[in-house]
Amino acid sequence: MSSDTLQVQLQPKEYKSAVKPVWCPGCGDFGVLGSITKALAGLHIQPENVAIISGIGCSSRMPTYLNTYGFHGVHGRALALATGLKTARPDITVIATGGDGDGFSIGGNHFLHTCRRNPNMTYIVMDNQVYGMTKGQASPTTEPNWQKGKLTPAGTGINPFQPLAIALASGANFIARCSSSDSNGTARVLMQAIEHPGFSMVQVLSPCVTFRPEQREWKNRLIPAPEEMQATSDAAEAARLLLTDEGVYTGILYKGNRPVYQPKLESSMENIAEFEEEFRI
Amino acid sequence: MSDSIKGPARTIGSTEELLAYSLAMETEAVDRFNDLAEQMETHHNYEVADMFRKLAKIEGLHIDNVSRAAEGKQLPSLLAWEYEWQGGESPEGGLMEEAHYLMQPWHAIELAMHGEMRAAAFYRHVADTAVDDGVLKMALELVEEEEEHVELLKKWQERYPKPAEGWDEDLDPPAMLE
Amino acid sequence: MNRQSLSIALTGSGGSGVMTTGSLLLEAASRSGWYGFMSRSSGPQIRGGEAAAVIRLATEPVESPDDSFDLVLAIDPASLNRFVAEIPLREDSLIVTDSAAGRRSGGLPEVPGRVFDLPMQELAKTVQGGRPNMIALGAIAKMIGLSEASIHSALEKILASKGPDIIETSRVCVQAGLTAGTELPIFDQPQLDGASALERWSVTGNEAAGMGAIRGGVRFVAAYPITPATELLEWLASSLPRVGGVLVQAEDELASINQIIGASFGGTPALTATSGPGLALMTESIGLAVCSEVPVVIMDVMRCGPSTGIATKSEQSDLNIALNGLHGDAPHLVLAPTSVTDCLFTTQWAVHLAEAMQTPAIVLSDQSLGQTRAIVERPADVSFIAKRLVPEQFEDSYYRYAVGESGVSPMSVPGQAGGQYTADGLEHNQAGVPSSMPEDHYSQLEKRERKINDFDYGQHWADLEGSGSTAVITWGSATGPVREALSRLREQGNDVRLISLRLLAPERPLEMAEALKGVKRLLVVEQSHSRQFHRYLRSAYDLTTEVRVFNRPGPLPFRPDEIIQQLADWTGEAGT
Repeated sequence: MSSDTLQVQLQPKEYKSAVKPVWCPGCGDFGVLGSITKALAGLHIQPENVAIISGIGCSSRMPTYLNTYGFHGVHGRALALATGLKTARPDITVIATGGDGDGFSIGGNHFLHTCRRNPNMTYIVMDNQVYGMTKGQASPTTEPNWQKGKLTPAGTGINPFQPLAIALASGANFIARCSSSDSNGTARVLMQAIEHPGFSMVQVLSPCVTFRPEQREWKNRLIPAPEEMQATSDAAEAARLLLTDEGVYTGILYKGNRPVYQPKLESSMENIAEFEEEFRI
Repeated sequence: MSDSIKGPARTIGSTEELLAYSLAMETEAVDRFNDLAEQMETHHNYEVADMFRKLAKIEGLHIDNVSRAAEGKQLPSLLAWEYEWQGGESPEGGLMEEAHYLMQPWHAIELAMHGEMRAAAFYRHVADTAVDDGVLKMALELVEEEEEHVELLKKWQERYPKPAEGWDEDLDPPAMLE
Repeated sequence: MNRQSLSIALTGSGGSGVMTTGSLLLEAASRSGWYGFMSRSSGPQIRGGEAAAVIRLATEPVESPDDSFDLVLAIDPASLNRFVAEIPLREDSLIVTDSAAGRRSGGLPEVPGRVFDLPMQELAKTVQGGRPNMIALGAIAKMIGLSEASIHSALEKILASKGPDIIETSRVCVQAGLTAGTELPIFDQPQLDGASALERWSVTGNEAAGMGAIRGGVRFVAAYPITPATELLEWLASSLPRVGGVLVQAEDELASINQIIGASFGGTPALTATSGPGLALMTESIGLAVCSEVPVVIMDVMRCGPSTGIATKSEQSDLNIALNGLHGDAPHLVLAPTSVTDCLFTTQWAVHLAEAMQTPAIVLSDQSLGQTRAIVERPADVSFIAKRLVPEQFEDSYYRYAVGESGVSPMSVPGQAGGQYTADGLEHNQAGVPSSMPEDHYSQLEKRERKINDFDYGQHWADLEGSGSTAVITWGSATGPVREALSRLREQGNDVRLISLRLLAPERPLEMAEALKGVKRLLVVEQSHSRQFHRYLRSAYDLTTEVRVFNRPGPLPFRPDEIIQQLADWTGEAGT
């Protein structure tokens, strides 16, 4: 983070780029875009010191709409791009953004191992329990009896993925759930997520009004987690909550002290001549 | 319509604080209406885009009013997201999730009205829980103002037909971009 | 038998320590002034299977196996069976083995050569903790004239981690072997300059590539282990931290390629190493690097394909996927080192080129280069290093993908105020905003192609030697055997041209036309079944000469006499 003596308060608007989002009006991702801008403004991080990294999907369009550095990569590989960048440039605030398909289906393996590695970055998953970009297939977080997916007309019939429980078990250091309809609340969580060391996993329930219009009702189902359970550093307690709350509790659900992955990278040209020692006869 | 938004998360203790909240609400409302206008423009719904621009202007006038009332006063400075709204969001202005790319002018005004109603409910809650007389007086004035706004919007809405069933029907399927 | 070169093979099984013996032999020989190299072969068991150490020693640097072997020492006779195809023998070749060891496991295969018995097992028993392979080492040392001192220093270096007791026991065994070796034929001793002023290295192709990467400026590597690239990664894992760099072991090849793209986007030259199956996985993301114009280097240490193939054997069959494996029109760089030493140069050059042109470079090494340890002259210093075109200052708007004269656009780096942009796999306009407009697609495609085609590669695109009207064209590790074949022909007064391509993509039509001037007959030599190199030449270049192809897939390497024979057959028919 920038340690400028003069902390100019940037307005959230200044973090938006000139490119207008093509998301459907009503999409929860608008709220998340707002939350990201508020969080960055609140933390006084200059736009040039931020990189937003994404994969493929509606929510992965995020980098283009922000006035920061960004990388819109290939499907499922955002966390790998982000890990490489953060390892090489620990001075940059790295935020990965994407959806439930990009993150938990094709991206599942990288998700597991990035949680495991616990690098200092934030991962915002805009979970709408559907593949929006490709016209409405079931995603790993879709409930088993959703029958509107053309590839799974009888419903998937299989267990939905539990991203926060998996994140906890795999080694993430900060876990939260938010609602895109609470833009300010999400912003406050994001500020903490960015500041907290290690891998911060933020699942934002973000309705897809085109393929799952019923999700507009989501915000009425979500409730803040009980005060005493918020931000626990007890993994077992957090696990119990995450496995039993049926996905309705919002707030910071785990805030741990796990070791962070950050090897030192200070490129130099010294010592190169010494390498010859091992080859020389 | 969502009436999950009620009052502030904690009691407002002074008129300065109340004005700060009011200012924040109006400012956020302007931003929201402008954002909605942009979304409508991107989706080629120009009539509604123009309406949202108008609504943004109107909220801007409200900002002027509040600023005048705040003249000479020292308002606490909080950043927009630091305000503690109960239910999370600032009450005023259109809620993003009520938008639809095929929405019609009637919907736009409906959306704005919901915002004003929420604002009124907010101020009513402030009045109900006020401990300071000045706050109580000001809050009641603000309730009146917001209810006036609702009436004005209702009148404006009468000029537009209520959209018939099937207004959100799009004969084309969604495009697949990637 | 006065020779300038000796080819020796050691075989064994059941944990007989053949590889170690071979390494010791090569080390001792190098200290005595020999050049040469060693490669390894084994059976499928992880431990205890058959093993072979295959060594060539010579009085000058050599890059090719010889036509046949002068000496095979089989610690147990049956162990030679598996390796018969790769250890061709002559009637006058020497085979030393322990007939006592053959009683249980079986005897020698039917091969030409003169057989001598050396009771290694029995002799080993005379030393406390003695091993037959150390007896063998002593015997061979006697046969080829290595001094005891050179063996001793080799023992101290290579067995250092095993402790002084083992070193001492081994030394005693070696002595016993030296004594026993007096019963065996002795090879003529060539003149060797043990204390040559020329600095020499003992290095594998994988290590040389790692060295080239570091010298070129690579400081971030992400990789997933795969045979035969793993040693390159292991060398970098311990070497990178010494220059302030980092190696991350990623969860798979998809993570590897994306991590290096991320690091490079952040401004750090980055590299990964893999083999055919890993390269196949990476192709989608290499295309991302092409479209978003992010430099990266991908080493492919080729092995026999297709699919899982033969992981421990070399082949030149990844040319197709390296050239054409990316979907869409995705021009990029493809290079290939021609020898163990050249692994250093070509990798370092690849880093420089990738960074200069903001594009991925695939470097096609192979198992026979990567895993062979060679005694070579110290590689020349190479001046190519990573240097990216970075904007110094920013106007009101920064166009990351601005189309200019060279096709290379200044590339901002996170942290530079005013340089913000979103790198994208989506087609985009000059500002980097996604675009599906035809003019943007045309202009960006053209730019990405032009920046690579118009670059000045200088003389390193190929090695061109000789000036005859008959030419041999090849690439990669096939170059070594071809070079040796042609050098023999030259000694006989027959000047056959060599063209060995180091740069395979982009094509160099002008330079190739120049190289082929005056050529009437062109022999293509390559180690692939489906003639991938030949097809590439036909599609990329005008071959106006007569063309013949000598190709074979792995696992067997080319030998110089095969190439000489091919040329003789051809020119013989033509009556030259």
